[in-house]
Amino acid sequence: MHIPDGFLDAKTIIATGALSTAGLGTALHQVGKRLQSRRIPLIGLTAAFIFVAQMVNFPVASGTSGHLLGATLAAVLLGPSAAVIVMSSVLIVQSLIFADGGMLALGANMFNMALVAPLCSYGIYRLLRLVLRDKRGQLVAVSFAAWCATVVAAIFCAGELAWSGTVEWGTVFPAMAGVHMLIGLGEAVITMLVMAAIAGTRPELLNECDRPKIQEGLSPTFIYAAILVIGLVVLVVPHASSLPDGLQKVAAALGFEHRALTSPIVPTPLKHYQLPGLDSTIGGTMAAGLIGAGVVFGLSFLLARVLLRHPKDAIRPQSSVEQR
Amino acid sequence: MRHDFLDRFSRLESPIHRLPSAVKLGGSLCIIAALITSPLSYPWFFMVAGGLLILLTAISRIPSKFILRRLLLLEPFVLGIAIMTLLQPGGCIIFLTVVVKSTLCLLTMILLSNTTPFAELLNTLRRIGFPRLLVTVLALLYRYIFVLIDEAERLNRARESRTFGESRLQKWHSLASLVGQLFVRSTERAERIFAAMLARGWK
Repeated sequence: MHIPDGFLDAKTIIATGALSTAGLGTALHQVGKRLQSRRIPLIGLTAAFIFVAQMVNFPVASGTSGHLLGATLAAVLLGPSAAVIVMSSVLIVQSLIFADGGMLALGANMFNMALVAPLCSYGIYRLLRLVLRDKRGQLVAVSFAAWCATVVAAIFCAGELAWSGTVEWGTVFPAMAGVHMLIGLGEAVITMLVMAAIAGTRPELLNECDRPKIQEGLSPTFIYAAILVIGLVVLVVPHASSLPDGLQKVAAALGFEHRALTSPIVPTPLKHYQLPGLDSTIGGTMAAGLIGAGVVFGLSFLLARVLLRHPKDAIRPQSSVEQR
Repeated sequence: MRHDFLDRFSRLESPIHRLPSAVKLGGSLCIIAALITSPLSYPWFFMVAGGLLILLTAISRIPSKFILRRLLLLEPFVLGIAIMTLLQPGGCIIFLTVVVKSTLCLLTMILLSNTTPFAELLNTLRRIGFPRLLVTVLALLYRYIFVLIDEAERLNRARESRTFGESRLQKWHSLASLVGQLFVRSTERAERIFAAMLARGWK
């Protein structure tokens, strides 16, 4: 999801840069204001941890592998403001040292992965925790939030590419959303497994994240919400509201209406995100997304049940690691 | 492990390495901004930019093999997004534009990161008014990446020497435990670092 330089135009760079600066500024102010200097090394080390955790490859199939993105983990473990700082620093270092993600595209990448992803997953996590209060509920909430955050961040990424005029919304939205619905599955499973592992060794680290003091008062919540809403209005809504009809017309006029649908880059069980009876790619993608969300939620429940039913299983591989 | 794999050539000796890091940072920003905003209808501009970057690379004495390898490593990410532009009408031109632009931008970034040690870059950022908290976090991040990679490698070696014929499911499980354990150790290390910082009079 790291956008390299060259894909975004000036207005997108400036707009996302301003939004990210505002968000990061709020987070820095928030963490600095509470004068918990004890947390500064923790934030730095968590950033290094996320950086390294992204290098651990989880084998998927036939040589491919996935890795953790970590926004949800950071948000749930440290709270939203600290997570924004953690993810921003990871992205800055990745961009400046690895050239992974562009320098001028940094604002956009930070907006997607350091603001939208942690804030969105933290919000979903807190909401779900209101209903799912037990240990299993925590795992379910965390993995569902991880999936949602991955997909939503990808949608914002698609919005930025479309707003820059690089790729049409009708192409980039199904592709990005579709691919990241699959990537999000990996993220959800890994995040849940990691949470279960932490719960197995140091459960008190997890209790920390449900303590209400992490809820940092109303004003930053409002600022974060405002930033996300502005981003949504600028980057996503214009495409989503006007395009389904116009896009179909343009597509029909140019005779390529089936071209985007036959693209092989989005392999999926729901064939091309099209349900019978739903004509538009975008409507189909949205419907598939909703169904996908339901399925992911159900799967999270099953996985959490399996993990917690055999507590020994959850600890076994860990003990083999710990005995060194 | 080798602790210099991130910006391996950033401590070489060359005219470019000796330039102040603020100049290099500003220069790369200007080059990238110019590359992004200019349309492909001026092909000479991109040729000049490409020539300039190649010249700078030659002056900086970074092995060209290394730079090529870096480019090849990062190019898939560019192509992964660029491939989507091919699915729309007139996509070929856009595809060409973004691939040329991002490759040149990548070259600029690789050049910057391999001619400027990260600590100097951080110093510049602090001087131009980056928030102190952010610079501290970035410095900690950079300092402890290597320590945590070592830690992760030790955990992984221990895991591999104790597990035989894992199924994929077990592998995911144990790798996730590794990541969880890494987090636990990071928090413990953070506590020790904080104590050490206080002991040295950090405020």
